[in-house]
Amino acid sequence: MTQTIVVDPITRIEGHLRIEAETDADNRIIRASSAGTMVRGIEIILRGRDPRDAWAFAQRICGVCTLVHGIASVRAVEDALKIDVPPNAQLIRNLMIAAQFVHDHVMHFYHLHALDWVDVISALKANPKATSELAQTVSPSYPKSSPGYFADVQNRLKTFVEGGQLGIFANGYWGHPAYKLPPEANLMAVAHYLDALAWQRDVAKLHAIFGGKNPHPNFLVGGVPCAISVHPQGSGEAGTSLDMGGLEKVQNIIRQMRDFVDQVYVPDTLAIAGFYKDWSKLGEGVGNFMTYGDFPAKGMSDPSSYLIPSGVILNRDLTTIHPVDLDAENQIQEFVAHSWYDYSVGKEKGLHPYQGETELNYTGPKPPYANLDTNASYSWLKSPRWQGKAMEVGPLARVLMLYAKGHEQTRELVDMTLKKLDLPVAALYSTLGRTAARTLETKVFADSMQGWYDQLIANIKAGDVKTHNDKLWEPASWPSLAKGVGFTEAPRGALAHWAVIKDQKIDNYQAVVPSTWNAGPRDAAGQEGPYEAALRGHQLYDPKQPIEILRTIHSFDPCIACAVHVTDPNGVELIKVKIK
Amino acid sequence: MKDHETLSERLAEQGISRRAFLKFCTALASLMALPPESAAAMAQALAKSLRPSVIWLSFQECTGCTESLTRSYTPTLESLIFDMISLDYHHTLQAASGFAAEKSREDAMKNFYGKYLLVVDGSIPINGGGVYSTIAGRTNLDLLQETAKGAAAIIAVGTCSSFGGIPNARPNPTGAVAVSDIVRDKPIVNISGCPPIPSVITGVLAHYLTFGTLPDLDDLNRPRSYYGTTIHDRCYRRPFYDQGKFAKTFDDEGAKNGWCLFELGCKGPTTHNACATTKWNGGTSFPIESGHGCLGCSEPHFWDAGSFYTPLSAPVVNIEATTLGAAIAGAGVAVAMSSLDRNKIHRAQQAHEIMSVKDL
Repeated sequence: MTQTIVVDPITRIEGHLRIEAETDADNRIIRASSAGTMVRGIEIILRGRDPRDAWAFAQRICGVCTLVHGIASVRAVEDALKIDVPPNAQLIRNLMIAAQFVHDHVMHFYHLHALDWVDVISALKANPKATSELAQTVSPSYPKSSPGYFADVQNRLKTFVEGGQLGIFANGYWGHPAYKLPPEANLMAVAHYLDALAWQRDVAKLHAIFGGKNPHPNFLVGGVPCAISVHPQGSGEAGTSLDMGGLEKVQNIIRQMRDFVDQVYVPDTLAIAGFYKDWSKLGEGVGNFMTYGDFPAKGMSDPSSYLIPSGVILNRDLTTIHPVDLDAENQIQEFVAHSWYDYSVGKEKGLHPYQGETELNYTGPKPPYANLDTNASYSWLKSPRWQGKAMEVGPLARVLMLYAKGHEQTRELVDMTLKKLDLPVAALYSTLGRTAARTLETKVFADSMQGWYDQLIANIKAGDVKTHNDKLWEPASWPSLAKGVGFTEAPRGALAHWAVIKDQKIDNYQAVVPSTWNAGPRDAAGQEGPYEAALRGHQLYDPKQPIEILRTIHSFDPCIACAVHVTDPNGVELIKVKIK
Repeated sequence: MKDHETLSERLAEQGISRRAFLKFCTALASLMALPPESAAAMAQALAKSLRPSVIWLSFQECTGCTESLTRSYTPTLESLIFDMISLDYHHTLQAASGFAAEKSREDAMKNFYGKYLLVVDGSIPINGGGVYSTIAGRTNLDLLQETAKGAAAIIAVGTCSSFGGIPNARPNPTGAVAVSDIVRDKPIVNISGCPPIPSVITGVLAHYLTFGTLPDLDDLNRPRSYYGTTIHDRCYRRPFYDQGKFAKTFDDEGAKNGWCLFELGCKGPTTHNACATTKWNGGTSFPIESGHGCLGCSEPHFWDAGSFYTPLSAPVVNIEATTLGAAIAGAGVAVAMSSLDRNKIHRAQQAHEIMSVKDL
């Protein structure tokens, strides 16, 4: 006897995601389907626009990883029109992308993922003094660790809970036996949930200095919009936010970022992981990993200078890295066999993004509905494939790539983590491994920021304040037909935009986003996407409280932007029991 | 629920003094351009209340509006959701998923019928029976209509829920519309912006909690205290506009000196918002200060108002070249913005009609 468990909306993610999971008599998931239930058609909206405007449209794909689509878009146009970006602009972009990683990963850990592992209500039972001792053992250098501090946090929480209005904490799965942390660890994590909220507000200012605001900072084809207002010979007339004061603020934010990562995020991850080691055997996914690479030291045209290398790992084999070619028509293709789209070549064939089509064709059940027909089309996401294979993208893919390529700091961090948790390398291929990889790469990128900042200052000192290449700014200077691909590593994984520019307007625009790689539905050959593969085999302790599904789905950090809502069994009524 | 416990008691328990609380209310009152004596009234009203229930529905959106809210300093998100309101349904922040999440919404609707505030971000697709966005198997349209029924008022956060936003941009593939296109029988405040300034969101919430009414609104239902003037009116680069000093490229001497970005396409003159005064991220900067023209994101249909880099007074289509472009370059035009014809600005913004320097 099987039953279908629906989780919709899946919360604490970006967007609208739905998971339908078929379980056997032991409540073990035998087949999972991941569905994106919202679409806006931004690729359609982009057609006919000025390519220089495209970044602003594309950026609105997502307000969480708020700059990555802007970056991918300006790079696509620059690739198409062969525009080089000045070194300062490249450094500023590196700093902005890295800041996005650090900000986003910390928020994901504390505000989106933590509540799967941390029982907020249990924190009420903690002894503040013992919590302080725990915190000082876990992270001796973090100052907010006195018994009084934890007593205050606990008191605040107590007032809140006793007030009877639980707000965002209402109806959580509190008290579920899957929560393993002692009350003191829960209280420490709740305190850091609040600390991280305050911290993220401050460090988001880096984007405001370079891009005018966050979320949705501004970008510019050919460079960055903010001129550098440093006047060694005296003061200018007014200036921009990027003056000496602004640069000094950037330096302070880099320090603040590194301190929080070193003193809070990394130690918390290791401490919490120690209680959940059984999750190092669950939630692998497809075993194939892909990165496009990013953080160039010498410009996008020199991949050997990237901090994150590009490549493909197949079947966990770290000894062979396959090269990725974003232009090759037989490498990256999108399939729509189980998606609510039509292709002019038929639903079974894959299309390279340059030939990509976005024809909405909803064939799902008429709302309100209880279940999707997961044998037919069931998602607004397409199924991207590399040489026909499903790929996982994101922190785990990047850490594996850096590890495989012998990146020294990554090797040290991974080895330290595995040693501390007493786990083998194979433990990386799991829900726990994915979450830990996110933390470790945050440290690598946060530490790298200082070097880019120092280089920027050195350039300015040497008199180079160029931030924009305007040689091909005017559309009249463009060829009548051009096409290009812009790629970046977004917090959730490899991201690329393909743009075809005809007569100075966008003729076709296709974005293949990380969460499409990870959350996409089965393809024409029936191969699952990473979410679907990762959920298979999970045993649910209580199908009415499917916390196990949330843990693994959240370990990918879904950013559906056309996101999918996961629905758990809607009481008894929504569990559809099929007798086989 | 303990009905004797008020906000001031809760704050006192957390070691927040009455003095600090009053200071906060004064800051809020001044942000909202309210008379100084209203700070005390605000403090009194907030202190007495139990936390009102807020249901936040996310439709065709990118979560940028929620992200913006988390960057608020006055008040912070923490004090907003722990001390001021009870955020009973909010996809990005709430612990519960699926059935348990929907139960939170239904409970709040039942327990606070007629009293809860409904916040909406994202547009609502109506083509094809609403299949382009569903939650728990139900269309956004269905959920909005059901949840709006018992709401005391609706706050549309962001340009998508206020005016349709990017999903509504040409050719609007999913038939995306604004909240006010669907709900006609409830007071609605539009807090537009892509995303909106966080202190504007919190300011409007505080106003409602204090006075039990919505703030004074403009003709597009935006709070006048934040959207009453254009960005150009309050821009620190305005003196350069008046002197005819314009940046010609993004990193020329003018750009470095902070000259006016009008010729690089800035939409500040036709955009009503508070960016130039409140600024972003705790007063750090705002788009123009960081060298990029205003996109006009708090105005309806700004996505379809021509390129972000086409100067406002220049035609977007190949109309006969006007004398305007030449007139602007280097011309010292000092006309007080307060004398602006607001309707003219609106029309120009929407249709990208040609405006003359004299109009400005």
